[in-house]
Amino acid sequence: MREFTTDILVIGGGAAGLSAAAEAASAGAGVIIAESDLHLGGQLVKQTHKFFGSRDEYAGTRGYKIAGILMAELDEKGKNALSMTSTTVTGYYPEDGMFTAMRGEESYIGIRAQRCVVASGAQERIIPFVNNDIPGVYGAGAVQTLMNLYGVRPGNRALMIGAGNIGLIVSYQLMQAGVEVAAVAEAMPKVGGYWVHAAKIRRLGVPILLRHSIKEALGERAVEGAVIAELDDKFAPTGAEKRIECDIICLAVGLSPTTEILSHAGCRMSYVPQLCGFAPLRDRTMRTSNPSFWCAGDASGIEEASAAMIEGRIAGLCAARSLGFDADMEKLDEYWSRLDHLRAGEAGEKIRAGIAKVLRGRWED
Amino acid sequence: MDNDGTLFSSGVLTEGLIREMRPPESLWKDKKGGLAVVECPQRIPCDPCASNCPAGAIKPFADINDTPVIDHSRCTGCAICAAACPGLACFVIDLTFSHDKALFKLPYELLPVPSRGDAVDCLGRTGEVLASGRVEAVTEPKRDRTRVIHVSAPKDLADHIRAVRAVKRDV
Ligand SMILES: Cc1cc2nc3c(=O)[nH]c(=O)nc-3n(C[C@H](O)[C@H](O)[C@H](O)COP(=O)(O)OP(=O)(O)OC[C@H]3O[C@@H](n4cnc5c(N)ncnc54)[C@H](O)[C@@H]3O)c2cc1C
Repeated sequence: MREFTTDILVIGGGAAGLSAAAEAASAGAGVIIAESDLHLGGQLVKQTHKFFGSRDEYAGTRGYKIAGILMAELDEKGKNALSMTSTTVTGYYPEDGMFTAMRGEESYIGIRAQRCVVASGAQERIIPFVNNDIPGVYGAGAVQTLMNLYGVRPGNRALMIGAGNIGLIVSYQLMQAGVEVAAVAEAMPKVGGYWVHAAKIRRLGVPILLRHSIKEALGERAVEGAVIAELDDKFAPTGAEKRIECDIICLAVGLSPTTEILSHAGCRMSYVPQLCGFAPLRDRTMRTSNPSFWCAGDASGIEEASAAMIEGRIAGLCAARSLGFDADMEKLDEYWSRLDHLRAGEAGEKIRAGIAKVLRGRWED
Repeated sequence: MDNDGTLFSSGVLTEGLIREMRPPESLWKDKKGGLAVVECPQRIPCDPCASNCPAGAIKPFADINDTPVIDHSRCTGCAICAAACPGLACFVIDLTFSHDKALFKLPYELLPVPSRGDAVDCLGRTGEVLASGRVEAVTEPKRDRTRVIHVSAPKDLADHIRAVRAVKRDV
């Protein structure tokens, strides 16, 4: 098994991981970024819409362009950073500080690192309904990858389940790819995503059916339609049902943090609904209860790329600092004030409640 | 079933809010170039409309979660906001276009991109076709692939037309 040695291993090359790597490398630390995918960028590379947020986090810039900006920064400042794509970190062996990773399809490598930033992002959820395993039932993120990364039109007419930001944005992007959107079904009595994203697709004629969920996918070998059911205040079916003509069904019913490596490293985890799953306890430096591990981005709780980038910077900065590198710790307060700004409004209420449950004072050394 | 509340909850502006977000009639009526109408009723962390406004008409946000506040007396109708808003929630409407038509400057990110002189369907807030309009100009103010389509359509629909759809042409 080929072995590599570095100061800091960053797991995941998305918004959080790229930011962490740039920050740590510019403080002088040696960094390896391990990324499962064929390229860096994480979720950002398939996001063709303009981002919300503030100028500091590239608001108004399309997601894939933000990935480009972060990669350029890494090229410039990250002389000490080595990116490995097609590299999936599979395990951690604390007795000798060794991480194992699979490179490509065939080979295993070892990465010896003193510190690790886990920025492994999130996974899409699925919900149970009849026939949810037939071809044509997709995660909304998968559909977004097909269209925006690989240029494949996934079908002709889509039913979207879930009116959070992802469901609303992917519906819009389906239309941009020339796919008709039959409807968006949402179990809650109002859209969960930003109102303006809903308005944008309503204006193009897409109905948003509140208090509705999917009961069944129709079709033998592939999706030929769907049955959706109306729900009452207690989310029980009222009995009213509708058949929707469609050849794809997209599920945008939420994401969960990808935390296997954190659990493997024994980091204390807590189930926090507001962060959408198990999330690591952390201090203000994004250090977990395992003093060699930091967390950032969706892996630390589902939020947004804007927050993921700042958390990544915090984690990279502080991990480098913990090894004695010359990291400017004054930046920590600035980063926190940016995070606080992003989380300040009504839209940040849920995230604030979630963070309050996992944030700890400084860990004992 | 669709009362105002449930419509609003699914992304459709209600009559009351339409009136509230309307520029003052006195400034709007004769304003060459038109005035911005921003339909952004929810506090979300987003400020490109204000940070891009070259005239300072969309006032700088104290808190990134603020909803836009517009000083219509400073608005030039340039439609940079229409191009910059990630939510496609900014529009410019020029009531001086002709005696019975207004010029709508609307953000557009679909294909095909219509050309000057094309007829397009003008859509309301639930996608209903309200009128046929004529494309007067297509601009790309931020050079970032969000077009602003300038379309002339009946003036009495100034409060209602908010999108266009390209009409398939027979070739
Ligand atoms: C449709 C959609 C629209 C969105 N719109 C916005 C928006 O407008 N504004 C905004 O701020 N945010 C938006 N987001 C959210 C944003 O994309 C995410 O919050 C952000 O990408 C999270 O960054 P991350 O680095 O934590 O995770 P990711 O971008 O998911 O990156 C994680 C990376 O880790 C890799 N990885 C995972 N496990 C391993 C492993 N074991 N070994 C190696 N690599 C691994 C993955 O392959 C992935 O590339 C949107 C998301 C979606 C799906």
